[in-house]
This record gives sequence, structure tokens and C-alpha cells, in this order.
Amino acid sequence: MKIYATYNIKGGVGKTTTAVNLAYLAATESKLRTVLWDLDPQGAASFMFRVKPRVKGGGKALIRGTRTLDDAIKGTDFDNLDLIPADFTYRNMDLLLDSAGGKPGRKLAKLLAPLSAEYDAVFLDCPPGISLVSENVLHAADVIVVPLIPTTLSLRTLDQLTDFVAEFDGRRPDVLAFFSMVDRRKKLHREITENLSSERARVAATAIPYLSLVENMSVQRAPVTVFAPRSAAARAYRALWSEIQDGTE
Amino acid sequence: MMTPGLAGFIASGEDSQTSDVVAGVLEALGQGFELIPERAAPRGARRRTWFDTFDWRLYKAGLTLEYAAAHRGGELRLTSAAPAGDTVQPVTGWQAARPHQLGDLPDGPIATSIAGVVAPRALLPEVTVAGTTAAYRLLNEDGKTVARLLVEYPAVAAGDGLPLPPRLTITGVRGYLTQARRAARIVAGVPGVQPVTQPLLADALHAIGRYPGDYSNKVAAKITARMPAAEAAATILLRLLDTVEANVPGVLRDIDSEFLHDLRVSVRRSRSALKLFGDALTAPLAAKGTALTGAELARFAAEFKWVGDLTTPTRDLDVHLLDFEDTARTLRAAKPDDLEPFREYLKQRRVREFRVLARGLRSPRFVTLTRDWRERLTAIRDSANAGTGTTVRSGQSRRGAGETTGTLAADRTRLAFAKVAKRGAAITPASPHDSLHDLRKRCKELRYALEFFAPLYPPDTYGAVLSDLKRLQDCLGEFQDTEVQIGEIRALATSMLAANEAPAVTLLAMGEVTAWLAARQQSAREDFERRFAAFAGADGQRRMAALLRGGSA
Repeated sequence: MKIYATYNIKGGVGKTTTAVNLAYLAATESKLRTVLWDLDPQGAASFMFRVKPRVKGGGKALIRGTRTLDDAIKGTDFDNLDLIPADFTYRNMDLLLDSAGGKPGRKLAKLLAPLSAEYDAVFLDCPPGISLVSENVLHAADVIVVPLIPTTLSLRTLDQLTDFVAEFDGRRPDVLAFFSMVDRRKKLHREITENLSSERARVAATAIPYLSLVENMSVQRAPVTVFAPRSAAARAYRALWSEIQDGTE
Repeated sequence: MMTPGLAGFIASGEDSQTSDVVAGVLEALGQGFELIPERAAPRGARRRTWFDTFDWRLYKAGLTLEYAAAHRGGELRLTSAAPAGDTVQPVTGWQAARPHQLGDLPDGPIATSIAGVVAPRALLPEVTVAGTTAAYRLLNEDGKTVARLLVEYPAVAAGDGLPLPPRLTITGVRGYLTQARRAARIVAGVPGVQPVTQPLLADALHAIGRYPGDYSNKVAAKITARMPAAEAAATILLRLLDTVEANVPGVLRDIDSEFLHDLRVSVRRSRSALKLFGDALTAPLAAKGTALTGAELARFAAEFKWVGDLTTPTRDLDVHLLDFEDTARTLRAAKPDDLEPFREYLKQRRVREFRVLARGLRSPRFVTLTRDWRERLTAIRDSANAGTGTTVRSGQSRRGAGETTGTLAADRTRLAFAKVAKRGAAITPASPHDSLHDLRKRCKELRYALEFFAPLYPPDTYGAVLSDLKRLQDCLGEFQDTEVQIGEIRALATSMLAANEAPAVTLLAMGEVTAWLAARQQSAREDFERRFAAFAGADGQRRMAALLRGGSA
């Protein structure tokens, strides 16, 4: 079982659309038994799969183990793809993780371990920010997929993240960034994407363009590959998924 | 992910009504959910053929083997009643319309699971079902799929196709089981919808007038203790004739060795039955004129002996060929390959002998025998049955027209047992081989007597008697068969040598095989006393007496 997390300290960079599209491609095109955990209390990923953002007993029951993750899993409309919905109580997840006993930074990894019998791929859609939740996610994941808006500042946050992960004891996740919401009309976007993806090994060659179709996912409530399978957006996500698999084998 | 089928239903009624039933289901579900056709599932035709041995070995083991053709090759699906689930394996060169030998199966989990169950039989196509399917999604108020409905319209692929009742399956989606259960309740409430009670295979067989397990080589005649003896005798013999005739096509097509084996067993049983209670068929039956004369009885008995003899050479060669691999494995000095010329020689001989056998089974003599025999037995059975009210009083022990099956069974079985007990007790370590061969025949007669009348006995005592008798028979069989095989191998060696087809290493290997057979014979001989005592010692005699009284030991 391989665990992928879409993560960035900044919000609004395309974490959820990335998680939703990659999980869908993993399940339907790579035929991996896949589950996506919507860790963001806003529940955008749950919304896109038309699943109510609610978990019985809330985040508390899951973190404390009074209810297993297995209990919370919902089948999506797609073969091989399940979802653990968001819940509004996830907004307090930091506190829950801190009070759950054991190593607070490794709690999620422990909760996810039993899923390996049933799934080949897990996607974690994380809320933005630096918190105990994100620390848990970074420890649990094998691959951290970082959507970057092509600005100088967001590159600095990537460096911060890479440095942070490099200090982990023992197992360290792969960090793979890609440019998201790229607007080819903006000079800065063009320069940064063209220069950086070739300069930095851990920046993917594939960039996801800024397209209204991607925004349309929340209207269609489905991955872009479902309602516009031959669109530029669907092609870009396919290329990104393929690059992630090749780069993290 | 989808959960397996949650609830299955059939749309019952006349063919013309079932489409209304399906329409009713769609309408009812449409009121509880938003119902949309599945995009990904085309209304495709899927042809499925079920395979089993002639005697339903897979079915009896709780297995079904299904073949579905695909555009490239096809796939075999082995379904087990156990929760282990289905095994699916791609296969090339498989044909839905013809029998397949085990060797046609590709190596893999299916061959591994069924070889032990099926061998040495072939897999025959039982029935083919084609059909179309339609799939629907059931959505909740968020437009989320919470269950699915699959509608199958199966039809047996025979002639223009025999439509079977449409099947409706509700499948749940993980985390939405409540909704799927609600959908199942809605479907169940539609008039004309019934829960599925049997698998599609059973429906399909029913449509062509068959049922799983419809062939068995067991006697299992429908007789009762109070039935007139003549009626039971004719019923048993008709049942044996059914088995003979059921196996003839398989023998002639040379599908597998067991068709001939079952045919021979039924012929042997028929001959034994004639010996044991043939006189019940000659007893004058109240003014019906259907009884056989003694001469007629003798003629039928002679004809069945002819059939038995006709089948012996091919069967003997089959036995050698079936045992070949096991025999080759026992070789110590010789190499298994040394025996190959022997195998080739056996095969050639079998081709010749089989031609003779096939000619015999197609001959007017055989056809006349089975036709006349059926006619006479049917007449006797029906007239004896018609006379029941006037000629039979319960508990009669008088021979002839009025004898009941109960007394006939007890008398004849007691006699057969007495012979076995007496002759067996007289055998000492110094007795000649022939005394054991003779005892084997008497045991066979007793075994058949017990099997013919099995429906009259309490199953527990019957089972215990039979299993000890079987062990004794196995021992006597091993003793005699090894002797016969030694003799045959010696004769075959001579004729191979005469035909210049016997390399020295092959003859040496054959010699080693005979030595191994002789050792087996010796060990069977040493086992005899123990086996005999278990069956026919003082306890065995008491048990048999109790059985024939209709009680338990």
C-alpha cells in the first residue's frame, strides 16, 4: 500500500482537485484499490464525490479508535475508489491527536496501517497550514505531492517543506512538487515553470494549467476525467499521475 | 467499492408478463430513488456454458464450472459454495460445444482444484445460457449512487432460445447498505417478483427438462416393502436398463473410460439380479399373461452375458491405461520411459478392441435386446402394480404372485449372506486362489442384493454393513485383479515379442511391474482374515440379521 498526500502550507493552490483527480486515475486507470481520506474539515473532496461530510462519532471516534476507519469508508460511484469523508470535527484534529496518547506525530500512520490488506493506494487530502495534522500526514505518507503556484514565495515554502522532511528520523517521504493553476498569459508563471522544473529534480515536468474546467469540478461534482475525459485538464492530470508513478517507484 | 449482490429476485410469470414485472420494478424504484441507466455497462450478450462430468462430480462437490467466451479466448470460472469465492482463469482453445479432457485445462488454480474430483472423467457441456443485461444506478438526493440494479434476461441457447425468468439483483455500495436494503424491499414488494431460490444453472437445466445430479450410477430404484415382488423386481431391472442405455452414447463417442465402466456395472448388476430374483418375473401374475417363461429368462440372462463379455477386453485395457502413471511410478530398477512401448501397445490394442465393442453396441442384437427387455419389464411392472389390491396381503411370505418385496428382499439377501459366511469361513491360509475368487463373486452378489433393496433398510445399519462389505470386497478385488493383471501382462509381453514390438528394457520393466503386482497380491491375501472377520464374524452376523428384520443392530 502506498500513501500519497497532497499538501501545501498555503490554501487555494489546488490540493483537493489534485487529490480527487489522482485518486480517480489510480483507481480507474491504474486499477489500484484506492481510498481517499478527506482530512479537510471544509469537506471539498467529499462534496466532489457527492458524499455527505459526516463521520459517525466524528474525528474523535476515529482518532481514539472507538470506531475503525473501516467503519467510516463510503464507496464512491467509481470502481475501486472509496472515500473516508470529512467531518466538521476535523477542525479540532490537532487537539485530538495531541490527547490521543502514544506518539502524537505518528497517530495517522498507525490508523492507516490496517487498510493495507484492502487497498493498494491511499490519498490524503490535507488542510493547509502547519500543524500536528500536517506533521502526521508527512510522517504517514510515502509520497508528498505539492501543488505550487508559480510565484517566488511558493518556491520558498517548498524549500521549507523539503528541509523539514529531510530532518525526519528514519523513513522519509518523497517530495514531488508540480506547478498548479499555471496561467500561460502571465510572464512570471511562464518564466518560473520553464526554468524551475528543469532546474529542480523534485519538480515535475507536468504542470496543471489554470482552466475553468478544473473549477467546474465543484459544479459537476466529479473528477474532471469523468465529465471531460479528453480535455486538456484531463490530459494534464493523466500526465502528472504517470510522472508521479514513474518518479516514485 | 461494490459489495457482492445483496438481494436477488426473479420476475416470475408467463414470458409475456415478465417484461411488465421488470417495468413495474423500474417504476417502483424510480419513486424511491433517482434511477439512471449505467453508462459503462452496454446491454451486451454474454454466453455462458456450464461444464460437469456425466455423473455430476463437480455439482456433488459443491462446485460449478462455467465457461464464457470472449473476443480473444475465453474464461473459466469455478464457483465454490465455500466463502473462498470464485476462481477465474483465462483459457484458449476451449469450445463450449464439446467435451473436454482434464488435460485441456491450462495449468493453474482451476485445474489444481478440480483434478482430484473429476479424474478420470471428461468435462461435458451441460447447458448454455446467453442473454442480455441492463444495469441501473440508484441515486440519492445528492445524486450519489447508493445502490445498483442489474437486470439479466437469460435464455437457454437451444433452438430459437428458451427464455428464462429475468433476474434482478440489487447491489449495495459500501457505506450505503441501508439504502440498498430499502431498494431490495421495494423490489420485493412489486407484484410478480420472487426471491431467487436457485442458481441460474438450475433454472436453465429445468428449462430443458433436466436437473443437477440427474444421472447417478446408483441403483436407487423406487421400491417399497409392501410392493408386489414382481413389480419391485421389474422396477429395479428397468432402473439398471436406464443406466445401461444412458451410458451407450458416451461409450460410442469414447468420451471417457467411466461410461463403459458404469455400463458394465449395470449389466453385471442386471445379471446378478436375474440370478437373485429372476423367478419373481416368471411367477404367474393374475391373468395378465405378462410373466416371463423360464426359457425367456434364460435367454435374456445369456444375452446380458454376451454384452458383459463384449465389453471386457476394452475395459481391461482401460484399467491398464488408467493405472499406467501409478504403475510407472513404482518402478525401482527400470525407468518409467522403459514402459512407453508397452503403453503404445496397449493403446493400439484398445483401438482394435474398441472397434469390436462399438460394432456390438450398434448391432441389431444389442438394440433388440434392450428394446425387448424394456417392453417386457414395463409390462410386468405395470400389471403387477395393477394387481396390488387383490393379490397382496401385508406380511405374506409365500413365494409367487402374492409375495411382497419385503419378504423377497429378506429371503434372498439372507441366502446370499449365508453363502458368503459359509464359504469365507472355510478359507484357510492353505486354500487355493480359486476359493477366494469364488468368494469374491458371492460377495458381489450380496453387495448387489443389499443395494437393490437399500430403500427398505434403516440407513445407519445399512451403511455400516455396506462399508465393512466394501472393505472385504476391496481386499478380494485386489487379490484377484493383481493376479489377472499379472496374467495379462505376461500374455501381452508374449504378443509384443511376437509382433517385434518389445525392446528388452520394456520387457524388463514389465517384469518389474508383475513383481510389484505379486507383492500387492500377497499383502491382500494376508489382509483377508481380518476383513472377513469384521464383516461376517459373530457381530457381523447379528448385525445382518437385524438389518433384514428392518431394525438396527
